[in-house]
Amino acid sequence: MVRVSTNNAAPAAGRRELRRKLARSKALYAMFLLPMLYFLIFQYAPMVGNLMAFQDFSIIKGFWHSQWAGTKYFRAFLSDPYFWQVVRNTVLINVYSLLFYFPAPILFALLLNELRGRGFKRVIQSITYVPHFLSTVVVAGMLVNFLASDGLINQIRKLFGAESISFLALPEWFRTIFIGSDIWQGLGWGSIIYLAALTGIDPQLYEAATIDGANRWRKMRHITLPGITTVIMVMLLLSLGHMLSVGFEKILLLYSGPTYETADVIQTYVYRRGLIDSDFSFAAAVGIFQSVLSFALVVSANQMSRKLSGARLF
Amino acid sequence: MLLLLAVTLYPLYYMAIISISNGGAVSRGEVMGLPQGINLKAYKYVFDDPSVLRSYGNTILYTALGTLVSLVLTTLCAYPLSRRYFYGRSVFSLFVIFTMFFDGGLVPRYMVVYGIGMVDTIWSMVVPAAISVFNMILMRTFFEEIPESLHESATVDGAGELRTLLQIVLPLSMPVMATMFLFYAVGQWNSFFPALIYLNEKSLYPMQIILRNIVIQGEMAQQTTQMGADIASMSETIKYAVVYVAILPVLCIYPFVQKYFVQGAMLGSVKG
Repeated sequence: MVRVSTNNAAPAAGRRELRRKLARSKALYAMFLLPMLYFLIFQYAPMVGNLMAFQDFSIIKGFWHSQWAGTKYFRAFLSDPYFWQVVRNTVLINVYSLLFYFPAPILFALLLNELRGRGFKRVIQSITYVPHFLSTVVVAGMLVNFLASDGLINQIRKLFGAESISFLALPEWFRTIFIGSDIWQGLGWGSIIYLAALTGIDPQLYEAATIDGANRWRKMRHITLPGITTVIMVMLLLSLGHMLSVGFEKILLLYSGPTYETADVIQTYVYRRGLIDSDFSFAAAVGIFQSVLSFALVVSANQMSRKLSGARLF
Repeated sequence: MLLLLAVTLYPLYYMAIISISNGGAVSRGEVMGLPQGINLKAYKYVFDDPSVLRSYGNTILYTALGTLVSLVLTTLCAYPLSRRYFYGRSVFSLFVIFTMFFDGGLVPRYMVVYGIGMVDTIWSMVVPAAISVFNMILMRTFFEEIPESLHESATVDGAGELRTLLQIVLPLSMPVMATMFLFYAVGQWNSFFPALIYLNEKSLYPMQIILRNIVIQGEMAQQTTQMGADIASMSETIKYAVVYVAILPVLCIYPFVQKYFVQGAMLGSVKG
């Protein structure tokens, strides 16, 4: 009964309410205008611009006057064995990265957490954060020079009487170098989030466990780890989402003809085909493949994590 | 732990000692623990090189301008999205956050930047990647925690949204603003890829491009013949000197602002 009576007044009141809300939001719309334009131009326009993958895009004719080509370029890359090699490289480098790079900061945080001296812990933290602030070019530069056939690593090897190896020219070394240097650079910084989560664990839990006779190992296993599971899941989600694009700048700086076999990933391939060889439509088509794939990855990772632990991004 | 410290620090230490050592000793592989024949020739060479200096100036300019543009745009995006009564808030949030998960792609983005005439201008360095959605979310979360009563009393006193933002919200948000400032500034300082694709004009190159040319591709910026065999033996020391010139500002500021960086990383975890 009550419902019926309110229903009659609702549209008018709703409209008035809406008008009031809009009036109050006016200043906010004015502020939001610039960011909105930014996203429209630099994020959404390129998304629409992806349609160029269905054209014989020519930079002279531009987007509006290029000829449509249907799915020609999609068929072209899907039937190109080299493309599948690149996909394989991308997947492998990311899987290894998840296996070795992702857990490293977690282990480091757990280790730091077990450390007694506060001052010493501080110093270690401060120092291990530093590499995070070095640019990709600097890190790549260090790698190129340290790993050169007369570089630091080979000088050390020579001290032990070992042969000199030109690491960066050997495809079998590329992933190790890439992920190893990622760990060097990200270990400390990546641990901050886990350390923050660790301080959030109720110390009473540890006291209770001590009384129950649990040793350090069991406390870590049954209190510490469950305490940071949510954070781990969220970080895993985030890294899954960015998986296909992160790190490609470093690859770009480190790879070379001889190492393409393991080093060339989708992003670097798109860059080379698109912006170096000016194969715009082909590269855009591959780019769409990548965007859709990584979108699917985030969504499914999100679903999975929601089921497993209740942690989710959206 | 000590081993870890050594592994972290030794590369940095090694580059430092090489950059101030005698070129001959370095190329014979004699310098690993202590510097030998200490001199600043490599640094002199680096600072005498006009292309290095110009790129350094460019990087300072891009960093200053880019940080400003990023901060302003991010604030203008985060503030409305933090206001509960902002009509259409959830739609706009989705509009922004979607770009975090779906990428427009390298080639179409290049075409847009090219199409609006930004290629080979300063603007291509500071505008196309001005807003980091992740930073925006951190800022928004911070804004949301400012008590509503402060907004109300500002409204009662006749302050509009812009004034509330400038005089109440921003002063209260200094910690997050400092963090954003540093994130954006370091990002710009270290930025390499946008310059690689958007700039062809050598006089616009930032430090990172020159750094790559010298350190990775082994190009000597000046004619090596000009200074003869002396320079040839110095190629290693020069490389590391350039690296140090590029990272020194960051290393020098770092100890003083570490707190803000860490705060930023923690804010991220709170959000998560």
